[in-house]
Amino acid sequence: MKRSLLSGNEAIARGAYAAGVRVGTAYPGTPSTEILEELSRFPEPYVEWSPNEKVALEVGIGAALGGARTLVCMKHVGLNVAADPWMTLAYIGVNAGLVLVSADDPGMHSSQNEQDNRYYAVMAKVPMLEPSDSQEAYEMARAAFDISERHDIPVLLRTETRICHSRGMVEYRDERIEVDLPYEKDYRKRVMVPGHARLRHPVLVAKLEELREESERSPFNRAEMRSSRVGMVVSGVCYQYAREAFPEASILKLGFTHPLPEKMIHEFASRFHRLYVVEELEPFLEERLKAMGIDAVGKARIPRTGELDPDAVGGALADIIEMDTGIRGGGWSPPQLPELPPGARDLPARPPVMCPGCPHRGVFHLLSRMKAVVSSDIGCYTLSVFSPIEGIDCQVCMGASVGMAMGLEKAFATSRANRGKEGKVVAVLGDSTFIHGGITGLIDIVYNRGASTVVILDNRTTAMTGFQPHPGTGQTIRGEETFALDLAELARAVGVESVRVVDPWDLKETKRALKEEIGSDHSSVIIARRACVQRERGREFLPYEVDAEACNDCGLCMRLGCPALLRRDGAVRVDAALCAGCSLCAQVCRRGAVREVRRDG
Amino acid sequence: MADVIMVGTGGQGIILAARIAAEAAARMGYDVKTSEVHGMAQRGGSVVSMVRWGERVFSPLVPRGRADFLLAFEGLEGLRNLHFLKPGGKVILNLYRLDPLPVLRGDADYPEDYADVIGGYAPGTLTLDAAALARESGNPRVASAVMVGALSAYLDFPGDVWEEVIRSLVPARALEANLKGFEAGRRAG
Repeated sequence: MKRSLLSGNEAIARGAYAAGVRVGTAYPGTPSTEILEELSRFPEPYVEWSPNEKVALEVGIGAALGGARTLVCMKHVGLNVAADPWMTLAYIGVNAGLVLVSADDPGMHSSQNEQDNRYYAVMAKVPMLEPSDSQEAYEMARAAFDISERHDIPVLLRTETRICHSRGMVEYRDERIEVDLPYEKDYRKRVMVPGHARLRHPVLVAKLEELREESERSPFNRAEMRSSRVGMVVSGVCYQYAREAFPEASILKLGFTHPLPEKMIHEFASRFHRLYVVEELEPFLEERLKAMGIDAVGKARIPRTGELDPDAVGGALADIIEMDTGIRGGGWSPPQLPELPPGARDLPARPPVMCPGCPHRGVFHLLSRMKAVVSSDIGCYTLSVFSPIEGIDCQVCMGASVGMAMGLEKAFATSRANRGKEGKVVAVLGDSTFIHGGITGLIDIVYNRGASTVVILDNRTTAMTGFQPHPGTGQTIRGEETFALDLAELARAVGVESVRVVDPWDLKETKRALKEEIGSDHSSVIIARRACVQRERGREFLPYEVDAEACNDCGLCMRLGCPALLRRDGAVRVDAALCAGCSLCAQVCRRGAVREVRRDG
Repeated sequence: MADVIMVGTGGQGIILAARIAAEAAARMGYDVKTSEVHGMAQRGGSVVSMVRWGERVFSPLVPRGRADFLLAFEGLEGLRNLHFLKPGGKVILNLYRLDPLPVLRGDADYPEDYADVIGGYAPGTLTLDAAALARESGNPRVASAVMVGALSAYLDFPGDVWEEVIRSLVPARALEANLKGFEAGRRAG
């Protein structure tokens, strides 16, 4: 037995490894990314960054049917992409164990929404486990494969940011079991024509009852009896918050949360006047308890948005528990919060920014100046929304920029209210995002005779999640060389009329391409290609400097929003330590006041 | 037991500093939990890491008004996160200013009196110039080791525990500089 401080993500990977996982697939997404990266440190499993989460799950399904235990990882919104195979997988079963990790993001630290993916277990009728710390993440990842195989069904391991990116002590084994199951043809079970699916659905419903029995006996569900007056029901990281806020409360700690152990819940509920349900986001447990006829208080007190912490839980429940039981503050000790001094209030914000030298900056600067209608996507470039660039109009999910641009174009084309805008629409997305979800939208533009322009910001990596390779980079997750998808050839192959590649550090060339293509009446793709500045090792450059005599403080360069430029005492200066030598500031300066630092100087 | 908050900006080595403190506490036999920030917020934004240890630690998050130590790697971020400190808690403040974009553009003023405001709010605040101490140790990039060194001066973990942890976490080429930086911080604390 080893003991280490592991993040929840590392613990999941080690649990899966110990369970004999032979295939691991994922698309990177915060907070889930490090699970597959950790799994890839072991030599035995086959691991892949898939082009998107749907493909990741489909490869996973094939691998499980083929007899290999399989781990498929994604962030919460990734499961929306993979929802199609997910909804039918439970009908056909898995053969070898298949565990899908969904990493939710309450508080939206790095996400576009805070959907509660526990409902995906209910909708797909699959068992769900929710760890409350790294140790449980390890144990549940291991156990999930046994549950999956025992019931021939996929398992949803639902985790969240404060599990994934928290460290805690984990006792674990490094040895690994071998699982290698025979593949046998069984098309009545695995080909979901209506006649077969009608037979499989009742089988699935029956499995849920078997799983409910398993949930009743599961070590991941347990009643911790302390107070005879205060009873709480919790799952996930909220267990920790409830334990800390109300140390004396009795807690029904649920880890196997679908199907719920109803007998156990009734037995626990029978000891209390009413139950308090502590959960983040949706009233998932609360609604189920109420449907069971149990008096439960949850979202009437605890916020339905954002993430919790011990005092958020304490403050939400203290008075109602006091009213119900007479226990002062319900047993919660509020913190002493002295008033902050005036100097610590109303502080300037520190929004995340594109790095100095970021190849995306120039494109958004130009689009902003052109007053284009910019349909954007998910990646570092989304940061161009902030002042001063404010370079994008809308953004929903991975790849959506392309279809949305087509829709905007078609709406403007028949609009009197938006005359003049039809020639201004552009979609902007990253290379990895284009491969993930943009290519089908591009096919639509060509097929339906659209004239939209799609700008692919090709920085040769998946930057926001930590520089993972993708099909366009010519490298696999293990660093092996592979075929590098040529985005320009791909765009030509689907029928795009005009495909150009530009260097986004060259503003003149980029501007010309944008002007010519956005206003044109044919489909076009502009690939703005330059490697992410964070990934360029050993590039030699000289930083820039401002000639204070020549600078008239007009502020044009400051519109680039570059963190290496600062405005002080009537002039602009370049922070040479931060400057990446991209020259954009020199290119936008009308007075020639910005120039490369002289080599001899 | 202790609750430590480390705040600053992306790229200041806060995740490593938090790991060093967490591993040291673990070697002392404590239960430990940490909380980190990854992804979007790291691109030049505010970064907060939390480390907690004790006989048994539940939440990975430290609620406001509960932290024993606030390690501010940057002045503005120290001010921004002052609410985490409990009354009587200790601030270790790096005298370093990194202007956020609104200040760079001249749209907002940097709170230049941050050290006075923090010192007035939290008597006994330790201020140090981690970059200068790091430079004196031979490598300006080990400021985060200096900050952990300063924290170590207020904890009863033996020096060899810290050294073992740093040896286990820092790559060989940066090891000597980090150990020296740590010692410089420990002396300053």
